[in-house]
Amino acid sequence: MASDRVPSTMKLPPFQALLDAHGRDVHRFLLATVGPGAADDCYQETWLAALRAYPRLRHATNLRAWILTIAHRKTIDHFRARRRQPMPVEGFAERAVLRDGALAEAETVNGRSDLWEHVRALPPKQRTAVALRYVFDAGYADIAATMDTTEEAARRNVHEGLKRLRTEYTP
Amino acid sequence: MTDIETLERALRAAAQAHDDAALPDLIGPADDRRLLDLAYATLDSPVGTLLLAVTARGLVRIAYLGPEDEQSVLDELATAISPRVLAAPRKLDSPRRELDEYFAGTRRRFEFPLDWRLTRGFGRRVLQATARIPYGTVSTYKQMAGEAGSPRGSRAAGNALGANPLPIVVPCHRVVHADGGLGGYTGGVERKKVLLAVERGDRL
Repeated sequence: MASDRVPSTMKLPPFQALLDAHGRDVHRFLLATVGPGAADDCYQETWLAALRAYPRLRHATNLRAWILTIAHRKTIDHFRARRRQPMPVEGFAERAVLRDGALAEAETVNGRSDLWEHVRALPPKQRTAVALRYVFDAGYADIAATMDTTEEAARRNVHEGLKRLRTEYTP
Repeated sequence: MTDIETLERALRAAAQAHDDAALPDLIGPADDRRLLDLAYATLDSPVGTLLLAVTARGLVRIAYLGPEDEQSVLDELATAISPRVLAAPRKLDSPRRELDEYFAGTRRRFEFPLDWRLTRGFGRRVLQATARIPYGTVSTYKQMAGEAGSPRGSRAAGNALGANPLPIVVPCHRVVHADGGLGGYTGGVERKKVLLAVERGDRL
């Protein structure tokens, strides 16, 4: 579409302005979706990917959705990489559980099992949709913009996620 | 099965739990990957708050900051050089230290490299001639115009000096009128007086 062409006069704000405006929210989103153990790494990867792509960005509207979209992709990369890690063989399983247990402890608030651990176990689209909805109180239009889906799909992702959480989580 | 409102309340509450976590550093990894095109920092000085910006080549900009100026200076840099602009004070340690020493009267020349890319043509030649004026001395607009290859271009030389992207370090404050008048200054003539006083060794 011709209207998608970059006007040569297009001005991008200094990157620091994005970081100041959205750094905290990206971190909150990642704490919710990948957990405290991986949030910092994902945060750096998100912002480095954004910094790399930034000068070629074709529009400066809704930069918040743009950066959260990148963060969403990084969460998918994170869980994919974790799945690819070799499964511990019998006998080593216990040690692996211990290591994961230490992680789980770090992810537990006041000794209670963290509800967000259940969110992290959701399928990627549901996980991100639920995080956007309940970390930011995002409306379905915003969720749709961030995840590049229809509003209807955004609503469905939140709904399906909640449905599953209701059966798996007891306060 | 948890009812939906309890669940929503619990999700919102749990989302607030880590709100005060420190944000990870980006400057180091961005710099390692050569993604930091412009690093900036501010510095308090006897002539007010300065914004300093550096590229891989060297110091590219010093700006006198009024209360609301920071954003517009950064906008200009983002447009003129690269939008990859980040606050990174550590990247400006040596210019900041040398400027502190200059204002304390203990430094007469600057060692850090300069990036001249915000200047061009006649203006750049005028500024590079200006950079050769020795500490504590003054020269004239006419003289600078002549050294830049245009002996009758005093007025144009004045304009070039007024647009100096690197004041203090490229000492346009050392350029005055032949009749002894102080002339103008990019940051206002009061600042020019202060800088000349620093170089005379006056107590501030």
